[in-house]
Amino acid sequence: MKPAPFGYADPTSLDEALTLLTEDGAKVLAGGQSLLPLLSMRLASPATLVDINRIPGLDSVVVTPSGDGAGVRVGALVRHVELLHHAEAAQVQPLLARATSNVAHPAIRNRGTTVGSIAHADPSGEMTSVLALTGGSVTVATPAGSSAVGWADFFVGPLETSVHGPAVVTEAFFPALPPRTGTAFEEVSRRKGDYAVCGAGVTVTLDEDSRVTSARASYISVGLVPEVHDLTDAVVGQSVDSADWTAAGALARTLVDPDGDLHASADYRRLLVGVLTERTLARAAQEAQNR
Amino acid sequence: MTTKLMGEPVRRREDLRLITGRGRYTDDIGHGAAAAAFVRSPYAHARILGIDVDAALDVEGVIAIYTYEDLVGPMAEPLPVLIPHPQLTAPRTGFPLARDVVQHVGEAVVMVVATDRYVAEDVCDRITVSYEELPVVVGVDAARAAAHAVHEDVPDNVAARHHQETGDVEAALAASARTLSFTQYIERSACMPMEGKGVHAVWNHDDSSLRVHTSTQASTSVRAAIAAKLQLSLEKVEVIAPDVGGGFGVKIVHPWPEELLVPMAAIALGQPVHWAEDRREHFISSAHEREQRQEITVGYDDEGRVTALDVRAWHDNGAYTPYGIIVPIVTATQLVGPYAVPVYRVRIDSVYTNTVIVTPYRGAGRPQGCYAMERTMDRIAQDLGLDRAEVRRRNLIQPDQFPYDHHLTFQDGRPVIYDSGNYEGLLDKLVALVGWDRAEERRAEAASRGKQLGIGMAMYVEGTGPGPYEGGHVQVLGSGKVLVSTGLTSQGQGHETAFAQIVAHELGVPIEDVEVTTGDTRRFGYAVGTFASRAAVMSGNAIALAARGVRAKALRIAADVLEADVDDLEIDEGLVQVKGTPGASIPLRTVAVLSNPLRYAFDEAARQATQFAGPGDDSKPPVAVGDAPGLEHVDYYSPIRSTFASGAHAAVVEIDPTTWEIDVVDYAVVHDCGNIINPMIVEGQVHGGVAQGVGGALYERMAYDGDGQLQNASFMDFLMPYASEVPDVVIDHQETPSPLNPLGLKGAGEAGVIPGTACIASAIEDAVGRRIAAMPISPTELYDLVRNPDAERVPAAPTGVPA
Ligand SMILES: Cc1cc2nc3c(=O)[nH]c(=O)nc-3n(C[C@H](O)[C@H](O)[C@H](O)COP(=O)(O)OP(=O)(O)OC[C@H]3O[C@@H](n4cnc5c(N)ncnc54)[C@H](O)[C@@H]3O)c2cc1C
Repeated sequence: MKPAPFGYADPTSLDEALTLLTEDGAKVLAGGQSLLPLLSMRLASPATLVDINRIPGLDSVVVTPSGDGAGVRVGALVRHVELLHHAEAAQVQPLLARATSNVAHPAIRNRGTTVGSIAHADPSGEMTSVLALTGGSVTVATPAGSSAVGWADFFVGPLETSVHGPAVVTEAFFPALPPRTGTAFEEVSRRKGDYAVCGAGVTVTLDEDSRVTSARASYISVGLVPEVHDLTDAVVGQSVDSADWTAAGALARTLVDPDGDLHASADYRRLLVGVLTERTLARAAQEAQNR
Repeated sequence: MTTKLMGEPVRRREDLRLITGRGRYTDDIGHGAAAAAFVRSPYAHARILGIDVDAALDVEGVIAIYTYEDLVGPMAEPLPVLIPHPQLTAPRTGFPLARDVVQHVGEAVVMVVATDRYVAEDVCDRITVSYEELPVVVGVDAARAAAHAVHEDVPDNVAARHHQETGDVEAALAASARTLSFTQYIERSACMPMEGKGVHAVWNHDDSSLRVHTSTQASTSVRAAIAAKLQLSLEKVEVIAPDVGGGFGVKIVHPWPEELLVPMAAIALGQPVHWAEDRREHFISSAHEREQRQEITVGYDDEGRVTALDVRAWHDNGAYTPYGIIVPIVTATQLVGPYAVPVYRVRIDSVYTNTVIVTPYRGAGRPQGCYAMERTMDRIAQDLGLDRAEVRRRNLIQPDQFPYDHHLTFQDGRPVIYDSGNYEGLLDKLVALVGWDRAEERRAEAASRGKQLGIGMAMYVEGTGPGPYEGGHVQVLGSGKVLVSTGLTSQGQGHETAFAQIVAHELGVPIEDVEVTTGDTRRFGYAVGTFASRAAVMSGNAIALAARGVRAKALRIAADVLEADVDDLEIDEGLVQVKGTPGASIPLRTVAVLSNPLRYAFDEAARQATQFAGPGDDSKPPVAVGDAPGLEHVDYYSPIRSTFASGAHAAVVEIDPTTWEIDVVDYAVVHDCGNIINPMIVEGQVHGGVAQGVGGALYERMAYDGDGQLQNASFMDFLMPYASEVPDVVIDHQETPSPLNPLGLKGAGEAGVIPGTACIASAIEDAVGRRIAAMPISPTELYDLVRNPDAERVPAAPTGVPA
């Protein structure tokens, strides 16, 4: 379990990094929590690792509470642990802290980057789903310039994004939660801190009379890429206290197409989609009343 | 007396070193040594057609490449069958490097030695082995069906048919008022020590000697194996087990191919060579345990008393049988547990599969036996509508029945005669400890929270401390330091502390003065090894006897000096004194100096023992006839047969009927290992065992696919419980001394794991009302079970209701 030989560079500017990334077989190294195990097991053997950790300006969390561009901008070098404890960010977009608390264990959260986990595009990762559910986007820097890519255009397949060639994802943007909207996040894993067998993040929006106007969910470890499912139909117009969350769970079950693996059959995952949907929607709706 | 330490919760003296990163493991030894790495078979069963190393030869840093063709003499012969048995009629072992056929994924085919491990793996990547794939056998049922053979010359895949019986079971079953039969499965898990195997070998060309550090449970026997296989004289080989990061059984197997090949390369290359097993290697080329299919028929009377028991089982021994049939023998003989079974027959076929070998893993066949017997008890209870605790109670061997002869032959070739026990006492304590009688109340309370609660129990008897022997050496130095050594090895159990306690206690010295060394053949050449919960019983007693020998000699010498009668002397805090006469004393360290009459004074202490130092008695030789210089003694303990420890566990589980997650909310253990040297260590052993029991019941499995590929060969997918998955354990002790050994000890190392699977299965069954007949079980499987309309419903037996 030792990596094959690889080159290593630690550029101090984004331009330098992008130049290095034009070389064949060059790969970005962020927190290394996904990439290094792949190297050690020789499942990946990049020619050069371009370590972005010394590039200035990529390590901030910028919170814009309202107005144009309301939301949270997370730089490429922000570790999961920072989002977990970021009170301001949690105010504007509570899903960030809720989801990161489910990412692995403290040691991994201290090193792993949130943007890295999005760039890694693992459908078992929490933050890919959160980006989708919040309608977020990423900023991709290439030698030709920087551009924003919406989540739906970014995720292409498991561990695959639409970005090819030399590129660094410099930040992820998670839009602010709309008013009268609550969120909840819950997952079932075999052991505490493991990748989820199934997880659900949801948002529920209420009108002034506390009737549901929107219910949306995104699931973890279900499907090949993050998806957002609109469950509003099952509960639209229903009062928060008497809404038929079971119906929403049942609807969700019909919308997903999970796979089975060593730890869970497809059927079991489908069961969990229903159960977690029911539980989280109810909680999110309660929360929405107070926002 | 201030130095009585037996039974005291002395803090483990090894912990500071081990938990602050100052342990010294094989991988910490020999920086700068060349590194070995292995090309291992990617196929479960294949013929090797050719090995092409050309592309590997020009990698910078490659030192040597070995294949079977490079093995000479005994190295080219199959690895030893360590424990032959008359019923092991078709033993098979592999070669250190595969010769023509590979029998499991992970079998070593080529060894590479290079400047470091990175380069060695680069070299491995460039070696091409071509194979012709052969049909693969995975799982006991496929092995038994024998559509294909693992070993060409063993067409039925049966390595051994183990068979024992204590009477005419068929007649006894026919005469039984009631009978029931069932089939159940248990899957593979593995030891998974934190430190994998590791070997470091140095050849000293100047004196033609070999020093090997290896992460083993049996250094003396590794030494003998290396000497035999590499054709070296025994005294030219030293084997040392340094700090070992856990064993749990896997490191009792020896010689592992690497334990021979690494020294072989060190000699051939004239430079130190080192190998540290990585986790993937450990998964696919070390050892697993536990897979069995069990078919059980039991006869019993209307009160639930067993009248006859017939067990037919198939045990998956993997691709080879280097460790003989110890695991199935242990299952066969320990299955009966604490119960009186009037007529018992057991037949276990040990079968080959194209998977990693199966050798003892903590519990070593007992968890399977316990699972068979305890689930039988549950079924009898359900059939009769009786409390499961009550059915057990009615079948227990009674305190006045000891020694109790089961008329079976144990793994050590000796009779299964229980030395002592109080099983009813265990059950009483367990029922109280877990609140068995409040189960229905708790069930209702859990239901009000939307949870399904279940409770289960399991009892066991564990044969511990088998022979043939262990030895101990105790020596008092002129500095007052007491050196203790035993040949048996340590893997973190706390031997340093427990053995020091024994010596401090026996000799009357401060424990701080006692230094313990284990598993170093330079210090003690005769030993068997650490397995079968035997260290305390075997080495503990040997060391106690050696300490008593030292004490006797010290008193004799001191009596001379103090002109007192030996019977009037005592030793306390390292001082030999005349009882009740303060001042009439001599430090033990001075006795040590005087015990060795000297000509040369190399220091102040030595001066006291030189020929002109005192008056002396010139009518006697300085060293009496039959005596020896030095205050030291070697002694051995060789038991007539094993001691039998016992215990009872109960688990309370809560199941979420929406997600089918299983939460072990309570876990209670009552434990009897005879006299206790150190209760803190015993409890630690129990905790660790319970953690592995929970792992085996709910998390761990070796997920082989039909091609014999292990799909979860990493800690990402092989799920060992974290601390967060292991319940708090409440423990109660019972001490029933063994009459067989001087200290009255029984072993405690493995006990914690034995009843885990049985008792958690029972609790889950109790919670969901569906038959649990395959373990381990995960939420996804439980979901499948509860929604399967054909799943057997389990009649509810009353829990905690006096019958
Ligand atoms: C034991 C363990 C458990 C884990 N459990 C979870 C879990 O439960 N949930 C979860 O979501 N994750 C989990 N992870 C993964 C962890 O969150 C990683 O930190 C994360 O997935 C990747 O972030 P990183 O910064 O470590 O990226 P790296 O490992 O450095 O990189 C991962 C990949 O993304 C690319 N990349 C990284 N950053 C950028 C960038 N800015 N621009 C372009 N490409 C980039 C790299 O080239 C590489 O291909 C676990 C990891 C471990 C080791």
